[in-house]
Amino acid sequence: MDLRKQIKEGLLTRNPAAVQLLGLCAALAVTTTLRGGLGMGLCVLMVLTLSDGIISALRLYIPAPIQRISGVLIMATLGAVGDLVVQAFFPGLTEELGLFLPLLGVICILLSRGGAFAWENPPAASLVDGVCQGVGYTLVLALVGTVRELLGRGCFGSGLLNGGRGIQIFSAQYVAGGMILPVGGFLTLACVVALVRAGAERAERPRKRKGAAKG
Amino acid sequence: MKEYADLRLTVASSPHVSSPVGTRALMLDVLIALVPALCMGVFFFGPRALVLTAVSVLGCEVFEGGYRILLKKPQSGGDLSAAVTGLLLAFVCPVGMPLWTVLVGDFFAMVVVKQLFGGLGKNFLNPALAGRAFLALSYASSLTGWVKPGTKYWIELGQTGADVVSAATPMADLQSGVLPWLGSSEASMRDMFYGNVGGCIGEVSALALLLGGAYLIFRGVIHPRIPTAYLGTVAALAFLFPQGNDPVDWMLCQLLGGGVMLGALFMATDYVTSPSTPLGGWLFGVGCGLLTMFLRRFGGGPEGVSYAILLMNLCVPVLEKHTLPGQYGRKRNGKKTGKGGETA
Repeated sequence: MDLRKQIKEGLLTRNPAAVQLLGLCAALAVTTTLRGGLGMGLCVLMVLTLSDGIISALRLYIPAPIQRISGVLIMATLGAVGDLVVQAFFPGLTEELGLFLPLLGVICILLSRGGAFAWENPPAASLVDGVCQGVGYTLVLALVGTVRELLGRGCFGSGLLNGGRGIQIFSAQYVAGGMILPVGGFLTLACVVALVRAGAERAERPRKRKGAAKG
Repeated sequence: MKEYADLRLTVASSPHVSSPVGTRALMLDVLIALVPALCMGVFFFGPRALVLTAVSVLGCEVFEGGYRILLKKPQSGGDLSAAVTGLLLAFVCPVGMPLWTVLVGDFFAMVVVKQLFGGLGKNFLNPALAGRAFLALSYASSLTGWVKPGTKYWIELGQTGADVVSAATPMADLQSGVLPWLGSSEASMRDMFYGNVGGCIGEVSALALLLGGAYLIFRGVIHPRIPTAYLGTVAALAFLFPQGNDPVDWMLCQLLGGGVMLGALFMATDYVTSPSTPLGGWLFGVGCGLLTMFLRRFGGGPEGVSYAILLMNLCVPVLEKHTLPGQYGRKRNGKKTGKGGETA
């Protein structure tokens, strides 16, 4: 189990949102505020970690022909549980995430990580993978949400800080409303993707330089 | 034979012609061609039009230069293309718009649309129009604050759209299906031709724009095929499907009103974002005309030129791919022609 490699992959080189481009419908729809992005990211983090761990723990006991369907069953169950938990404890977040909360169970990150990692690795490594990938996703969504909220509403952390009102950075008169619209989501996400990929390239570079002989 | 390996021979197919005309000279011609429209804008809307335009031009140059300094790229400010974008962006804004708003548009046009995709020649959308589209999405009220033209309505430099006498534009009348001189803008055909109507700074005077366009065509900077196709399509559609009794009046109003002259002559003809093949150019112009008229008639707003051109910008790669002329001596499908077979 290579912890460093997994962390680097989750945050940079194999970041689910920015490099694998998974879960983007949710990433575009809920990231009009930091709270939406962070909330969605954390939900995915929880469900992903648990589903990775459970699939990995059961992988030797599930016969091959029903592997896939069992995986989907586990993910769907956990997705439904996540949906109910958020509804019970964070009703405000439920409203903000809307349709994407009940759809947690079918978000493609779960299918991808379950299929790509958990079926082939021991539970501990799978749990770490879930956490790393989930944190990578959460960070991207939170960053997109922060930028869009700042430019599109002029405030920071509404629904989280300052008794739910957020901190107003500049007056509503100067707010670029386009950033709240889907087009702003695409623009911001594209910039964040470029940023993360530039970081990933930088993280890869020293290793490459060592490997490549000069000439 | 060994020394041949060190020879640097440039191999290119003949004929070899060098030309002193570079980006800078072309852009200078475009700037010259836009001067009449700027003069008419300043004449009808007052000195604030000049200030807004100057801020926009400076903003574009500064954003482009700043971006290239930050990313340690060679400076390109000397080619004047940023100045053209700044001028055109100011031209498609109403005079009462706050100055900081136009700077936001400049930033979007130069950094997001142009430089992030690699700079001049690599942007797939017209930067000025994309900047305007972003402003329209974000600051809709600033972009629809039309003021009355004419010297007695000149506004102070500090005033913004909210403080001034707002006016209906001919486009609003056309959208509601009446000719402007019968509608609330009370603009006559002559007003629309000279530019004595409410609207964006650079789009109001069809006369000045036609002069500028004629200069560009005369100097060989633009080819007339895109403007011809664009304006021809608009005219044909307006003539065939008029609202009201007089198809000719309706057609002329559709041609003179709004941004179609500015768009057809100066924006749809942007080298970077229009097809370079002849047939592609015709199709591009027709597409712009169709979309413009559809957006004017069925769209939510009174004008559709900017979105029409932006949408057609997106189609340019497809148009170019399917309208490549055949190689000399071959048909377009690559088969040899019967005649002149030995040259192929």
